[in-house]
Amino acid sequence: MISITSDPIDFGPAFTYLQTAEAGALDFFFGVVRDNTNAKAVEHLEYEAYDAMAISEMQKIADEATRRWQVLRYVIIHRKGELRIGEVAVLIGVATPHRADAFDACRYIIDTIKQTVPIWKKEFFSDGDMWVNATP
Amino acid sequence: MYRKRTLLKLPVRYYLCAMNQSVSVLLFGITRELVGQSKLTCPLPAAARVSDLLDALKTQYPRLGDLKSLLVAVNNEYAEPDTRITSTDEIALIPPVSGG
Repeated sequence: MISITSDPIDFGPAFTYLQTAEAGALDFFFGVVRDNTNAKAVEHLEYEAYDAMAISEMQKIADEATRRWQVLRYVIIHRKGELRIGEVAVLIGVATPHRADAFDACRYIIDTIKQTVPIWKKEFFSDGDMWVNATP
Repeated sequence: MYRKRTLLKLPVRYYLCAMNQSVSVLLFGITRELVGQSKLTCPLPAAARVSDLLDALKTQYPRLGDLKSLLVAVNNEYAEPDTRITSTDEIALIPPVSGG
């Protein structure tokens, strides 16, 4: 299950979807909006996505995770639009028979999303705004 | 024979440069803001490559050259500098990503 949504991310359906009789481990990662970056106060964030390509890149990541580890089911949900402090920006969930694979696959998915998926984050401060990581 | 071989060494695009096309380019994030619109049209030679598009855009919008990186996606896939592009392709500029 892979999606991009403008609505708040609902953990319940993701948890239910991952539950399968063969799974002994469910691992989740929640990426949450933090109130500061480099000690500077952040007021809110905006995420923008190239939806079709972002879905396709996330599918490649999920496929690779499934190839490397014994992933029975996975969930990747990324939020877009305006997000307030404390809101969930991304939810990764992985179901595997044993815990080591669940931790490893979940970490691989979030780490690789940050490198390859065309989604952009803008931080808003009291005195301006900045696209994260865009300029040297 | 010599003349013919010299001619063949030239990239195909030099023979086709009279045939112009316009490609549409989708813009996101900081590229959308630097250009001031979410989509632009760029005239290019018919056999243009990704590198030709980037050269043209960086000439027209010099601030694109200030980005940490600037990649191009063709039909939802990251493209190499020598990938050929045509007016029917879906093309997008991909500035440094920051999801998650």
